[in-house]
Amino acid sequence: MKEKQSIISLKGVTKEFVLGDGSVFTALRNVNLDIHRGEFSSIIGPSGSGKSTLMHVIGLLDKPTRGEVVINGGDVSHLNDDETSYLRNEFVGFVFQQFNLLNKLTIKENILLPTTYARKKFDYKPSERADYLMDMFGILSKKDQYPNKVSGGQQQRVAVARALIMNPQLILADEPTGNLDHKTGNEIIGLFEELNKKEGITIIMVTHEMEIAERTRRRIKVFDGEIVKEQK
Amino acid sequence: MKFLSGSYQLLSSAMADFRRDKIRTALTSLGIMIGVLSVVLLIALGLGLKNYIEGQFESLGANLLMVMPGSGLGGGSGFGPGVMGGVNFDEKDVRTLSRISGLKYLTPVAFKSAMVEGNGKEESGYIMGANEQFFGLMNLQMEVGEVWGKTEVGNRSKVVVIGNSLAESIFDKPADAMGKTISVSGIRLKIIGVAEKTGDGEQDNALFMPYTTTFGSINPDKQFFFIYMGVESKDAVETVAKEAEEALLKRYKDEDFSVTQMSEILSTINQIFGVINAFLLAIGSISLIVGGIGIMNIMYATVTERTREVGIRRAIGATRKDILLQFLTESVLLSIFGGLIGLLLSAAIVAVVRIWFPVALNLMAVLIAFGVSSAIGIFFGVFPARKAADLSPIEAIRYE
Repeated sequence: MKEKQSIISLKGVTKEFVLGDGSVFTALRNVNLDIHRGEFSSIIGPSGSGKSTLMHVIGLLDKPTRGEVVINGGDVSHLNDDETSYLRNEFVGFVFQQFNLLNKLTIKENILLPTTYARKKFDYKPSERADYLMDMFGILSKKDQYPNKVSGGQQQRVAVARALIMNPQLILADEPTGNLDHKTGNEIIGLFEELNKKEGITIIMVTHEMEIAERTRRRIKVFDGEIVKEQK
Repeated sequence: MKFLSGSYQLLSSAMADFRRDKIRTALTSLGIMIGVLSVVLLIALGLGLKNYIEGQFESLGANLLMVMPGSGLGGGSGFGPGVMGGVNFDEKDVRTLSRISGLKYLTPVAFKSAMVEGNGKEESGYIMGANEQFFGLMNLQMEVGEVWGKTEVGNRSKVVVIGNSLAESIFDKPADAMGKTISVSGIRLKIIGVAEKTGDGEQDNALFMPYTTTFGSINPDKQFFFIYMGVESKDAVETVAKEAEEALLKRYKDEDFSVTQMSEILSTINQIFGVINAFLLAIGSISLIVGGIGIMNIMYATVTERTREVGIRRAIGATRKDILLQFLTESVLLSIFGGLIGLLLSAAIVAVVRIWFPVALNLMAVLIAFGVSSAIGIFFGVFPARKAADLSPIEAIRYE
């Protein structure tokens, strides 16, 4: 048995987009990548390098044009829409740069939203877990407010709480500090470090800020659709 | 259980949406409400008009048969002696028709417009010379005085019952007309009764006198314009009409007279109102379409926001089916909500208007209005969501 178990592997993944003028843009070129359980990694690279696309493919938000995505040893590239949706719901939690909260739902309702699509039986009470997470992130007093009424840092904490409500094995964060000031950004990264250390959650974070990337244990550098360098 | 909790979730999520998107909710419901309201009310008005006119005819009695000169209502160009062509009837025809069994009433009607003098005034009125059965047949009630009877017909008595409006225009008050004398075509007649107002212009300005009294300067040829027959039972109307026709055919040609049933007139009215109602339905459909375009606009105005919402929901695990169900629930609720309000409003308006005018709700109109506006609401509610659900979650989130 391998010492480190892969939670997700990409095998020869290529992603092409057909542009408006009919030409083909290759966002990812034959990417091979193994993410191990419990890792805190960052994907770094300049704008347009393909790092966000890489994350979308890892997070099953987008399907690769060619190649395989293997989760916990199983190929998921050919799953149907329902099965992919369940995996997105249970296996992975997303944190976006733009927070992507629903402004018509309260903060607590936003956090609980993934549980409304759950197929699994909960061994905990979602509502209690939401309270626990809000308490941990210092936003419990805001639970009945609407997202657009609180600060950006608080919104991103809501988004992290939403990503954690289903108790996922993997957190994917796409430029989670991109819309936050330096101090608030650091706090969010601190939160990730804590989750990774204390709860053993695997975290992959896309960023273009070196300072933030340096706080992760593994840095995957992407350039022009290819992984060019790995630092551990 | 799974299904129940799922349904509850869908409903509560839809309610949360309505709570937060009050304007969109209100405007969409309004579109459906206006559509339902306009169609239902237009049809209610059309039916009201039909009921009103039918009522006017039915007050004459559904068992009424009218023997008229010419080809009757179908080919006639209007009422009045001479305009219909054909023959004028006489006492022999009345005797012929009196032999038909199943008759309750039978009266000739000598009809003529004339100038009436009395109380120093001169007014125009309508002479209706008939026999004593006329009052029963027409269900004519007296406001003051009484009607004349068989004796007066036999004696060619110079007595008259006058219409309410005529009494008012000559004597101011109907009661003042009692016992007074009026003259028409040189004949002096004593007023023994004034009829209640009927709403019929001819009857309210009529001089009802024994037909025998008209024989003279008013009606020298002793002819009648109509012969009215009241049939005892509704079932016998058809047979009596046929027998009357056969009896008269021995003397006249087919095209010279007609025996018209009230039910034929009613069916003509029904035909006319079939067309009018179709026309009103067409107008109503236009407002349905206008309401539908309103709904469409609102749905499209929020499509960017909603597409992003679909993307977010998909990213955190909603399947295509979840999304469709959610938007379908929302649209159905909105449609039902708007439709019900439109319906309740229509019912309330109809209930109030009924006090003056016999408008009526029509189930078909309700179903059509409800169905079409709901279909529009549901289609434009679900269609953008369906498109959004077909995008990859990330495309939907970035949708602009």
